Amino acid sequence: MIRDRASRRMPVIASFIFGLMLTIMPLPDAAAVFRPDWLALLVIFWTMQLPRTWSVGAAWIVGIVLDVSQGTLIGQHALALCCVAFVTVRLHLLMRVFPVPQLTATVFPILAIYQFLLFWINGVAGVGAPSVVYWGPVVSGTLMWPVVMIALSGLRYRTRSG
Amino acid sequence: MVASRGSSSNSGRIPALGLRVLGLIFISILLMYFDNRDNHLNTVRKSVGAAVYPLRVIVDAPVRFWGWLGETTASRNDFQLELARLRAERLLTNARLQKFNALEAENVRLRALLDARTQVRDKARVAEIMSVDANPYNHGLVIDVGTQDGVFDGQALVDVDGVVGQVIEAGLMTSQAMLISDTDHALPVEINRNGLRTIVVGSGKIDQLELPFVVNNADIRVGDLLITSGLGGAFPAGYPVAVVATITRIPQEPYAHVTATPAASLGQVREVMLIFSTGAHESDITADD
Repeated sequence: MIRDRASRRMPVIASFIFGLMLTIMPLPDAAAVFRPDWLALLVIFWTMQLPRTWSVGAAWIVGIVLDVSQGTLIGQHALALCCVAFVTVRLHLLMRVFPVPQLTATVFPILAIYQFLLFWINGVAGVGAPSVVYWGPVVSGTLMWPVVMIALSGLRYRTRSG
Repeated sequence: MVASRGSSSNSGRIPALGLRVLGLIFISILLMYFDNRDNHLNTVRKSVGAAVYPLRVIVDAPVRFWGWLGETTASRNDFQLELARLRAERLLTNARLQKFNALEAENVRLRALLDARTQVRDKARVAEIMSVDANPYNHGLVIDVGTQDGVFDGQALVDVDGVVGQVIEAGLMTSQAMLISDTDHALPVEINRNGLRTIVVGSGKIDQLELPFVVNNADIRVGDLLITSGLGGAFPAGYPVAVVATITRIPQEPYAHVTATPAASLGQVREVMLIFSTGAHESDITADD
């Protein structure tokens, strides 16, 4: 039973590791500012699908790892991802029945909240606030959502992960 | 889209969700507070950073492989050209080094006359930059050495042309460094020509630095070389930092607007040298003006 549970969780953990790799992958400077927040998208997806197993606690741990790999304040991404997970859990029943365009429209404000929290914490901590391109990941993340969703749904049903 | 299995167990109200979120937010804020105040959380960073290390290696691998492939499949002709170039370069450097030895001896003699402490040569270690993006809004890089190689926080990074940056977070096997072009970076320098001291601040652009505290009537010219002054203790003295590019003097303002071009090509570095300095104390012997 326990082994079964672990094997069901593996694909989710693997997807987070893959997301982290995409996050630290080098990109040309022009493209780097439009790098989607892969981990935020993953948190939204898994929380929406399996809110009992993957919710705020898991999001928080992912956030801590992200903080360390990005060199930001420890707790910054953790807090933001935690809030993303919370909003998603609250809306997950609605989000599951939404058609893709409407769901994408829901993901947009969630990503905006995520980015705003990071921006806010940066401001409080006195880290220099960048220009309008700072909001690039929100747009690119929203555009990438359908792709991420289709890929992860495939993964989920093929591996019956939970 | 609705889950086929376990959907009943995986939906509905999650017990005490709000409480958990509040708790986690509280913990996050505490962590950020302590992380921002003093570096209490270095052990956390180091241990989690060690877990991220294999990922960094994997992400870096294709770039490394590509470089290796390029080297192994390069033609003999290319190698010979490269060899000839390197030989010529070595000859030039050696010739310059002969002079340097004489100059060093002279310097030691003069310092002995002035009764000042002798300048110690710095030890250095080469580190390679990993192709890993830390954060697009910070000018930083990740290098492939860590505390197990003796790297420490605040250590200076230079390349063949000049100062590149400093280590801000020494991990176990990789470390993060901040470039001198980062807006959070400030570096005490002096003008090589006349010893005028000032501070170089990053501008956020990779090829530009700013000197915000140069008074309007200061003796500074376009083309002046700025070298580290050793004040502040983080950087050893005497390494080239930048060349003054533009000077705009505005009469009614106290400071001139001065920009400089970094001596090292910050956007293209692939290998850097870490300085194990014994010369942080050199600042107190330059009290000659």
